[in-house]
Amino acid sequence: MVWINTNISVKAADAAPNRWDVVALPLVIGLLALLAIGGHQMALPLGSVEEVPITLDPWMLPEYALRSTLRMLAAMAASLLFTFTYATLAAKSRRAGMLLIPVLDVLQSVPVLGYISFTVVFFLGLFPGSVLGAECAAIFAIFTSQAWNMAFSFYQSLRTVPRDLDEAATGFGFSGWQRFWTLEAPYAAPGLVWNMMMSMSGGWFFVVASEAITVGDRTITLPGIGSYLAKAIDGQRLDAVGWAVLAMLLVILAYDQLLFRPLVAWADKFRVELTGAQEVPDSWLLTLFQRTRFFRAVFAPFDRLFDRLVWLRLPSGGLSGGAAGSLRSVGNLLDRVPSRAVDMVWYLLLAGTGLWAGWLMIAFVASGVGWGDVGTVLLLGGATLLRVIVLIAVATLVWVPLGVLIGLRPRLAERVQPAAQFLAAFPANLLFPVAVVVIVRFDLNPDVWLSPLMILGTQWYILFNVIAGATAFPSDLKEAAANFRIRGWQWWRDVMLPGVFPYYVTGAVTASGGSWNASIVAEAVNWGDTRLTAHGLGSYIAQATEAGDYPRIVLGIAVMSLFVILFNRLLWRPLYAFAERRLRLA
Amino acid sequence: MLNTRNTTLFELSGVRQAYAKPSGQDYVVLDNVDLSLRDGEIVGLLGRSGSGKSTLLRIVAGLVKPTGGSVRHHGEPVTGATDGVAMVFQTFALFPWLTVWENVMAGLKAKGVPAREAEARTEEAIDLIGLSGFESAYPKELSGGMRQRVGFARALVVHPEILLMDEPFSALDVLTAETLRTDLLDLWMELRLPTKSILMVTHNIEEAVLMCDRILVFSSNPGRVAAEIRVDIPHPRNRLDPQFRAMVDDIYGRMTARKPLVAPSPAAKQPPAHAVPLEHVSTNLLAGLLETLASPAYHGKADLPHLAGALQHEIDDLFPIAETLQMLGLAEVAEGDIHLTEPGRLFADSGLEDRKQLFAEHLIRYVPLAAHIHGLLKQSAVQRVPSSRIRAELTPFMSVDYAEETLKAVTSWARYAELFTYDDETETFAFEDAD
Repeated sequence: MVWINTNISVKAADAAPNRWDVVALPLVIGLLALLAIGGHQMALPLGSVEEVPITLDPWMLPEYALRSTLRMLAAMAASLLFTFTYATLAAKSRRAGMLLIPVLDVLQSVPVLGYISFTVVFFLGLFPGSVLGAECAAIFAIFTSQAWNMAFSFYQSLRTVPRDLDEAATGFGFSGWQRFWTLEAPYAAPGLVWNMMMSMSGGWFFVVASEAITVGDRTITLPGIGSYLAKAIDGQRLDAVGWAVLAMLLVILAYDQLLFRPLVAWADKFRVELTGAQEVPDSWLLTLFQRTRFFRAVFAPFDRLFDRLVWLRLPSGGLSGGAAGSLRSVGNLLDRVPSRAVDMVWYLLLAGTGLWAGWLMIAFVASGVGWGDVGTVLLLGGATLLRVIVLIAVATLVWVPLGVLIGLRPRLAERVQPAAQFLAAFPANLLFPVAVVVIVRFDLNPDVWLSPLMILGTQWYILFNVIAGATAFPSDLKEAAANFRIRGWQWWRDVMLPGVFPYYVTGAVTASGGSWNASIVAEAVNWGDTRLTAHGLGSYIAQATEAGDYPRIVLGIAVMSLFVILFNRLLWRPLYAFAERRLRLA
Repeated sequence: MLNTRNTTLFELSGVRQAYAKPSGQDYVVLDNVDLSLRDGEIVGLLGRSGSGKSTLLRIVAGLVKPTGGSVRHHGEPVTGATDGVAMVFQTFALFPWLTVWENVMAGLKAKGVPAREAEARTEEAIDLIGLSGFESAYPKELSGGMRQRVGFARALVVHPEILLMDEPFSALDVLTAETLRTDLLDLWMELRLPTKSILMVTHNIEEAVLMCDRILVFSSNPGRVAAEIRVDIPHPRNRLDPQFRAMVDDIYGRMTARKPLVAPSPAAKQPPAHAVPLEHVSTNLLAGLLETLASPAYHGKADLPHLAGALQHEIDDLFPIAETLQMLGLAEVAEGDIHLTEPGRLFADSGLEDRKQLFAEHLIRYVPLAAHIHGLLKQSAVQRVPSSRIRAELTPFMSVDYAEETLKAVTSWARYAELFTYDDETETFAFEDAD
């Protein structure tokens, strides 16, 4: 089964009007700064969280793995809730969308690991003295790594519901609630499920990173695979790292088989297309549920209940009318007065808030950082940018030809494809200690040799997308190339590379976004007392986090977000637009 | 005109193409096919889909290596892509990221033709085929007809000795296809095409008679040459000419003669009656054709070529409907004619409920697979029969694709007849009211 879709922030050229980014960026970062300020004040009187001792006994790993998985599930549930509300509101109301979509676009570019420190402090303050705060912070971190692209996907689906289906729903007088569950949600399901899968792939990385966090003089550990790993690193226990890797492998495998494959196979029926897909996703578990009388009987009442709920006739005007209904009414409320004057007021309000948030951010940063620092941070950002560019280039040179060669051999592709997708899901930070040991042993330059860690986990996106592109390459074009004896470099340039390019861009966008995020953990790594640091924006943020230096963290995050946004706008979006315009196989 | 019919350019003899199947029995696409191409002639390969004619074209192009037989080009065995052969594709197969100019030039660049000459020849081909002014356009900016012109220009620019055409007009609308056909024929008759021979695949009988000097009629499953017909009508040919009509009727007759086209596989184990491939034809089409035949315009009897013309159906559309009706005992097809049987007339005159009942009776009587599944369902304690079981019974005797098609056909007919139904989630056959 091949899952190909496109990172939404690149695709959303039309959905995200550029001028609003000017408001959105300071708004998002300003909000974070606000969190930091609030958390800072709250945190002072706070007692330390009860320490949960982590043991390196491998037999504890099943329990830890379960805890990590539960965090992942909780975050996924939160992401879904967020998606259904935020995206629906953005799609239903023009005025809300004007603000929400650029904000979402910026949120996608903000490095998750950068602001984990604020959120930890914030949630600890929310639930003083209880482990719940730390749990919430970890879940929130995972949530922020998952929710944005899901919301984007859902938003885009809502905006592109086929007109005839929409008219049919209106014609039959569906209420907002009925329309949502019978038309909009099913229509969005395949894209949403795909994005959930991508989110999940990325999520494991953040689970591992968020379970053991040091902020200032406080270390918070939550029982889980991530903290097990942190402990192993502290004790320089390579064997324990091995156990953690093994446990993670099993967890991802189980997750894939028990949750995702069934979900994907099930979501396939929502595909709106008249020609049948060549390959229908398959899941043994779903088959089991659908074929076994026992499970059919078990699920039947839920089916009926859901059916009843879906067709429930809710008053579509009132705010009491369920989530979708009320979102619609909020949207209606926002859009009710269609006059230009109200538009102007709304614009001014947004712009004013943006300015205020921007000012807040600058003031907060200025309170602890000199202007000289800004220059340094920009320079460090340049260093990380250089790393990302070089790494993407190297990964491209390696994986594009290999991916094409694999993709042209269907039997081989069938085997390599799931492996590559699996590797993309595997949290590469579990393997960092191994790299550190090697670097220390051979006394290598960390500025150079820590860099590959940034792309360790994300390069697979390039591989499996290119494989998918080569697999999908039309056979008549292959035949034409063979018939006209197009070979060698001409074959790559005129035939194959343009064919896989759209897929490549999709993979490379994901890979580069992941690399920025990974830089925060990859540019500064520990092995017991050994500490390796590469010069870059990632290590800057990591160090500021450890020192609990909030103004520096905010500055680092703001600059990194800026770099990511500019990188996406100036490189990937034009490339994607080019691919769409010129290279799409009609 | 077309005088030098002496030199043999290309020769296939005893060509066989088969795919090994897990069950051990080969799935044969082409069996013992002989074909020779001579200087100055247009040869047509005519047959239903699944008769292996496109595969044969690819064997000539050297894109597919046959499992048996000899393939000779100027007496030399062919290994790899054949020299001096260029192909025009049904789907055009233009590179969407190259302009018209670049698409046409691609083949010349691959041959290493010097830039100056390549440009001159590209311009010449583009002029010849009527594409001047479109050089800088991308394929997706062009209409289907213009795209196929690019396909022709791209093929002709390499000055191929043999031009291969794989249903080149079938993706185009009727008017556009006719324009392209006559343009191409004019160039050919005026000897302006830089090619010595044309081999084309088609499923359109009139097209074959209009264009070809020789027509090879293929039978299906496995593909064999059922007949070779020489067309001696002088160009330009007129579709209304009695000689032309007679030849079209003759080919229709040959293609609808009772049971000649599915040749029995000699070595193969005889399959059980229900393991015979079925072609999925919608019940709407079946009912539609029966009603048309019963209408005053036809009085229960029609000439197939005439019917095809009136309904704007090509043989690949019309034949399956006619043959399914024949199989179900609702119509008789012979010698290019179709007429209603008594039950067929009854069907056309009945209301929906009676139709369904009649259809169900005929399904049980004439379609062994439907009767088989129906029987299994009656015996089954849970009144469910998994489709995997039926599929496993079919696949030893046909390809996986045919088995799928066969299941699809029997499912849709049985649903219409309300004989039994199919549950997609559990992948089982069941009676309508089960569950």
